[in-house]
Amino acid sequence: MTTPTTAELPFPGVRSGVELVPTNSEPQTGKEYTSDQEVRWCPGCGDYAVLKAVQGFLPQLGLRRENIVFVSGIGCSSRFPYYLDTYGMHSIHGRAPSIATGIATAREDLSVWVVTGDGDALSIGGNHLIHALRRNVNMTILLFNNRIYGLTKGQYSPTSETGKITKSTPMGSLDHPFNPVSLALGAEGSFVARTIDSDRKHLTSVLSAAAAHRGTSFVEIYQNCPIFNDGAFDAIKNNDTKADAIIPLVHGEPIHFGVEGSKGLIRDAQTGGVKIVATSDVAEGALLVHDAHNPDPSTAFAISRLTDSGYLNQSPIGIFRQVERPTYDDQARAQIATSREAAPGEPGDRLTALINGGDTWTVV
Amino acid sequence: MSKQVKQLDRVIIRFAGDSGDGMQLTGDRFTQESAVFGNDLVTLPNFPAEIRAPQGTLPGVSSFQVHFADHDILTAGDAPDVLVAMNPAALKANLGDLPKGAQIIVDTHDFTGRNLAKAGYDANPLDFLGDANDVLGEFNVFPLDLTGMTVEAVKEFGLSRKDAARAKNMFALGLLSWMYGRPTESTVAFLTKRFAKVPDIRDANITAFKAGWNFGETTETFVVQYEIKPAPMSAGTYRNITGNLALSYGLVAAGVRSGLPIFLGSYPITPASDILHELSKHKSFGVTTLQAEDEIAGVGAAIGASFAGHLGVTTTSGPGIALKSEAIGLAVMTELPLLVIDVQRGGPSTGLPTKTEQADLLQAMFGRNGEAPVPIVAPQSPGDCFGAAVEAARIAITYRTPVMLLSDGYLANGSEPWQIPDIDDLPLIDPNFATATNHVVTPAGTADDGTETAEERDFWPYLRDEETLARPWAIPGTPGLEHRIGGLEKGEGHGNISYDPANHDLMVRTRQAKVDRIADSLPPLEIDDPSGRAKVLVIGWGSTYGPIGAGCRRVRKAGYHVAQVHLRHLNPFPNDLGEILARYDKVLVPEMNLGQLSLLLRGKYLVDAIGYNQVNGMPIKAAVLADAIGALVADAEGIEVDLTPQEASQ
Repeated sequence: MTTPTTAELPFPGVRSGVELVPTNSEPQTGKEYTSDQEVRWCPGCGDYAVLKAVQGFLPQLGLRRENIVFVSGIGCSSRFPYYLDTYGMHSIHGRAPSIATGIATAREDLSVWVVTGDGDALSIGGNHLIHALRRNVNMTILLFNNRIYGLTKGQYSPTSETGKITKSTPMGSLDHPFNPVSLALGAEGSFVARTIDSDRKHLTSVLSAAAAHRGTSFVEIYQNCPIFNDGAFDAIKNNDTKADAIIPLVHGEPIHFGVEGSKGLIRDAQTGGVKIVATSDVAEGALLVHDAHNPDPSTAFAISRLTDSGYLNQSPIGIFRQVERPTYDDQARAQIATSREAAPGEPGDRLTALINGGDTWTVV
Repeated sequence: MSKQVKQLDRVIIRFAGDSGDGMQLTGDRFTQESAVFGNDLVTLPNFPAEIRAPQGTLPGVSSFQVHFADHDILTAGDAPDVLVAMNPAALKANLGDLPKGAQIIVDTHDFTGRNLAKAGYDANPLDFLGDANDVLGEFNVFPLDLTGMTVEAVKEFGLSRKDAARAKNMFALGLLSWMYGRPTESTVAFLTKRFAKVPDIRDANITAFKAGWNFGETTETFVVQYEIKPAPMSAGTYRNITGNLALSYGLVAAGVRSGLPIFLGSYPITPASDILHELSKHKSFGVTTLQAEDEIAGVGAAIGASFAGHLGVTTTSGPGIALKSEAIGLAVMTELPLLVIDVQRGGPSTGLPTKTEQADLLQAMFGRNGEAPVPIVAPQSPGDCFGAAVEAARIAITYRTPVMLLSDGYLANGSEPWQIPDIDDLPLIDPNFATATNHVVTPAGTADDGTETAEERDFWPYLRDEETLARPWAIPGTPGLEHRIGGLEKGEGHGNISYDPANHDLMVRTRQAKVDRIADSLPPLEIDDPSGRAKVLVIGWGSTYGPIGAGCRRVRKAGYHVAQVHLRHLNPFPNDLGEILARYDKVLVPEMNLGQLSLLLRGKYLVDAIGYNQVNGMPIKAAVLADAIGALVADAEGIEVDLTPQEASQ
């Protein structure tokens, strides 16, 4: 698999997310992207699977390795950059999107990635996340959602189900959880997707589409924490339940799921949202066809609400939304380029003219 | 009629009115006229935090003080010689600052029952002029219907009465411009440009301005015109400049002299926002400005930009520094260049947003977790903000460190004539990006089977420059130098995460040593001790330079000896500071805080620094400070000190 070319992207004439990043002529391997640092996650952690998938995916991008930057915040997942042999910064809690905004705005020739978790992105860094999405800075945000605080040893997180018994909530948590996809859609994210740590093929396909998208690509990755929240995603991982649990979203395809496609989505005329029906109960062609490119995010939002907020028995997986919108960084650089063109001459001479502006007088 | 012309060596005028009366603009225009005329000058704008405080009330009073002279002056002056009061509240709020005999030009138009009551006057003080109970008896009062005359002058433009009356500030400016023989061309040009899109308003303002001038010339109310000759200044081209503008230009200059694009990540906050506004105009110099979602994102984006090879800058005031502290610590740990500009205001918390203070020094010095040394640079005057910004950039880039630049509200909004520097005289700053591997993994050799093996090299992000202790700055896009940095402690040299106790101790000491070594790059301190016989040293930092200098001049003029040293570098201190402090019997430290520099000097040099501390949101007054210096001189020299008989001049 290779990165889609501009022609293959859904929006003709729009640059891909990595179009201005120098490419590598030689084939690359996952090993080249593996740093010499020992990986120190707990045995069985879902982070390993994501790391492997990313190390396997990056060579396919075909970019120059030195033009890739991974930025993270704080938390288990935020150790990610240390294990990749690219440029990277393991920053401070919640702030990775703001740091990445600086990097991506400063340099058009870099492929910028943020690795974050549910606590990092949605609790302490919630503000930066929504503003990155709003601005549509060209970067890809991978949110590892394990629905728990791991590094601080097991407190409930902003995606934990209400009533969760943890060290800090012995009588059950009182907070209503965020649905990360709904939040990203509410912030008008231009690329919003969800995937699963254990499904490498789907994960890689989403990473590929996310990298190709120009703007902020938001990818929620369901990731199991075997120590503090083991089994949180069992329903969508177990072979005997996952057909009913995963609602696959494929652009242009009718949305159906369940054993032998027994269930599907239709519009709910009463609420204006969507609802699940038995496919046998509706006429052929009545199922909702997924349109990720719909400029109006309402349907994508309605679909995102099908995710259980309590224990996860059901969740749509795939690319919810992928629309074209000008990016902050492209426009910021364009303003600078326009201003530069309008002001020819040596910077030193122009600086002299600038500071000599206004009312001056000369003493001889 | 012919008017008498009287020579003066200096005048302090305060324009005061309601927040919406345009007093800042009036003061600014008078200042520009005086600057172009060639006077030395210092200004002190003073306005409420509210954009439109309740009209006509005491809290709503906005004022602008300008001190201009035919000689070198250092402060905006302690007490105004002339007050222009546009309403009862402006009169009442400023009366206490006036010395006996001061002139008051008062617009009588708003002296109505309602406005008098709002200002807290039971009766109109203008009704009792010359009476036994005249509260203005000590002053020389000129009650004039400035508003009425303005409305009359601009009636041909058909403006509403309200719009016509709004030109009253220009009428007042015209009158004062006549009185002090100011050149008027720049104000006419300014008004023409400012109101280009609204010809009626433009013409009304210009007409009011000229009418004010003509009124002065023809009225019999004023029989004297004053002349303040240009001040002798060293040869060069000058302009009037505020601290925020000079600081902005300094940042642009730092970009030009380092060849690095400037990246400002900032969140609006008084009194720093004007730097964001100004820099956003200079995209043609490659300056990127990001108005972030909050203070933390502002510094975060700046750190990201620095990692990517730009010069990251963040601008704020004290409350913003508090929010940015953790990120500044990250910049200390990752050893990336970063400029953190704190335009200090009254604190703590929201404090006094539009007033000045110097109470963030210890926050700049110590306001982070862990041992997190950050160099500190402080400009001493509005114009000096330019050079201080370039100096802060030099330190940040050369030593790969965040640098704090401590301006304050007085410097930010105050102005002075600034000798425009030659760009070529500014230091060239070499970013010195790393481009090649710097560490040998395996030397070249011969393998057991006799084949030659090539040298194997890699990149160590914490392998330091021996002289500066700076680490290499390898920016993304540089092949072969891929590396990871972050907030966790790193091993010296290789830069991998290290929890090793001895390594942490070494890194803490090395980061401190790197900052300490900046002192080796600083010029010797300038000691102002004209007689060489002073036993008292007055030492300060930042915007107290003017008041301290003026205070010292008063003491010297009265025949006594005092030395002055002013610190531009607060961390590290210059190498010669300890030896200089030891030379004097007494050390006085005037500050607009409760003794923060005093604490640092005492801690580092075991010197008995004596504080002179004022925290009222206003600059220290030279006369009051002179008394404090005088008292210390008396103590140190065992003499009587009397400053009063001499004609004090600043």
